[in-house]
Amino acid sequence: MSVLEIALSVPGRVTAAALAERGQVVAVIGPNGAGKSSLLRAVAGLVAAEGELRVDGRSWSGLAVRERSVGMAFQDQLLFPHLTALDNVAFGLRTAGAPRDRARRAAQEWLDRFGVGDLARRKPRQLSGGQAQRVSIARALATGPHVLLLDEPFSGLDVGIAATLRVELARHLASYDGVTLLVTHDAIDALTLADVVWVLDEGQLVQVGPPREVAAQPLTRHVARLVGLNVLADGDRILSFSPSAVTVSPAEPAGSARHRWPGTVTSLAPHGDAVRLLVSGKHELLADVTPAAVADLALAPGQRVWLSVKETAVRSYPAAPGTPGPQGRDR
Amino acid sequence: MSSPAEPCLGRPPLVLLVPGAVAALLLVVPMVTLVVDTPWGQFVDQLTSEAVGEALWLTALASMLTVVLCLLLGTPLAWLLARVAFPGRSILRAAVLVPLVLPPVVAGVALVTALGRTGAVGRPLDAMFGLTIPYTTTAVVIAHTFVSMPFYVLSVEGALRSAGEEFDAVAATLGADRWTTFRRVTLPLALPGVIAGAALAWARSLGEFGATITFAGNYEGTTRTMPSLIYTLLQSDPQLARTVSMVLLVLSVAVLALLRNRWLTRP
Repeated sequence: MSVLEIALSVPGRVTAAALAERGQVVAVIGPNGAGKSSLLRAVAGLVAAEGELRVDGRSWSGLAVRERSVGMAFQDQLLFPHLTALDNVAFGLRTAGAPRDRARRAAQEWLDRFGVGDLARRKPRQLSGGQAQRVSIARALATGPHVLLLDEPFSGLDVGIAATLRVELARHLASYDGVTLLVTHDAIDALTLADVVWVLDEGQLVQVGPPREVAAQPLTRHVARLVGLNVLADGDRILSFSPSAVTVSPAEPAGSARHRWPGTVTSLAPHGDAVRLLVSGKHELLADVTPAAVADLALAPGQRVWLSVKETAVRSYPAAPGTPGPQGRDR
Repeated sequence: MSSPAEPCLGRPPLVLLVPGAVAALLLVVPMVTLVVDTPWGQFVDQLTSEAVGEALWLTALASMLTVVLCLLLGTPLAWLLARVAFPGRSILRAAVLVPLVLPPVVAGVALVTALGRTGAVGRPLDAMFGLTIPYTTTAVVIAHTFVSMPFYVLSVEGALRSAGEEFDAVAATLGADRWTTFRRVTLPLALPGVIAGAALAWARSLGEFGATITFAGNYEGTTRTMPSLIYTLLQSDPQLARTVSMVLLVLSVAVLALLRNRWLTRP
């Protein structure tokens, strides 16, 4: 049964229609300004939205924020600065009518579960970013919401702390039976935490699917970049190929390659053992070359080059949103 | 030892130094002469006279009631201005701030037109309840509140704005209604602004003269506050006038010290 049914539009920001099941973690990804946060805020009721929103079969349209069963963790945590970590987590339990003592005991358990139980008496300004985000997620979960909304919970954290927190969060989400919407700009979040990925682009929901499928057949340039693929529109189909499949040559290649484009090198950056080039022309494409090739071809920003890719290295699939299928062409 | 900036940037030019010094003297000299001319020998004796005692008591009462009215009425007004989008909000905000720059005597005249015995509000009050406000202690408190409230509202509204609506949103997602949010989140976060505003309102009320004497008169025991007493004494007993002025100077400096206290400026 679908726990969350969305058919929402925030005028000028985002339009999305989708379903999510009980216990599912949905990663909402897309470039800045795609409408990810607006979608989350529309579900919480923090921005006015048109359309329908049903949770557990009950319409939430027209409900005030406080009447919706949501827990929300914000990008910059937004812990109440005048309350201790414990009272931050106890806040939602108190507004739900729990007596102070019972709310504090439950809050302490939540803090313990997130490994920050010994920081209960601290004020938010005495917490590190990672600690504050743990408290913030515990606060969002403590009221037992039907929908958990996480708005870029790992942004602004050190890479190592984000990685630890990601593992912890995966464990907590596994035992959470509501729907989680996780806004992220990190492919790793989507691939490791999510059951489903919703891809937003320019305010539209353009792709829905399991992370592996979305990563293999991205429909948007943004997701392609996140997973390190090149994508090109080809009529009503999408072509995708890995940067490592691209051949870089100083002049137009004579061979049989159907896919070839002239362009100008705009940047070079180390990428694993290779060097990743960004080449601008008709398309913006990534190409991985060996350091030796960089020296041989004297590659530098501003240099004109030809890119080509073999047909066998190109996957082609329909561009229709929401219905991606494994349609890789092998010739 | 001199600071390193001096040799590099040169001496301050006379064209700035001289007017700056004149301004400083203008501000400081009268206060110093007041302190020097105060008859310290009889200071305590003078303050215990009945006229001074009554005026002190009236000023204390009026200023405290003014602060209470600001807290009870001004806080909700500041919240409405900071948090609720209603038609005419910016006009109301501007109107609320006018008493900041209004000459106090004009404020007094305005209060008479509203609450005077023949005023728009005063006449029905008199007709229906037999209530007359002018020339009573109530009039003193109303006049003080009229001139002090803008300071309070300005300070609290600023604090509410900088405390941010984001926390209101967080509280709402945690199931809090707006009154709970106000009590448990908004007000505690705006507390420094509330304290600063209350201190400003109190200080403004202590020195209030023009609106009070216009609207409430200068009657010993009911409407003669400290400033009105000083005004009266200047004609009969300048020595005592200085002593009473000294008391107000000390109180004003105390308010300034309170406002500059570090815990007020910390968020």
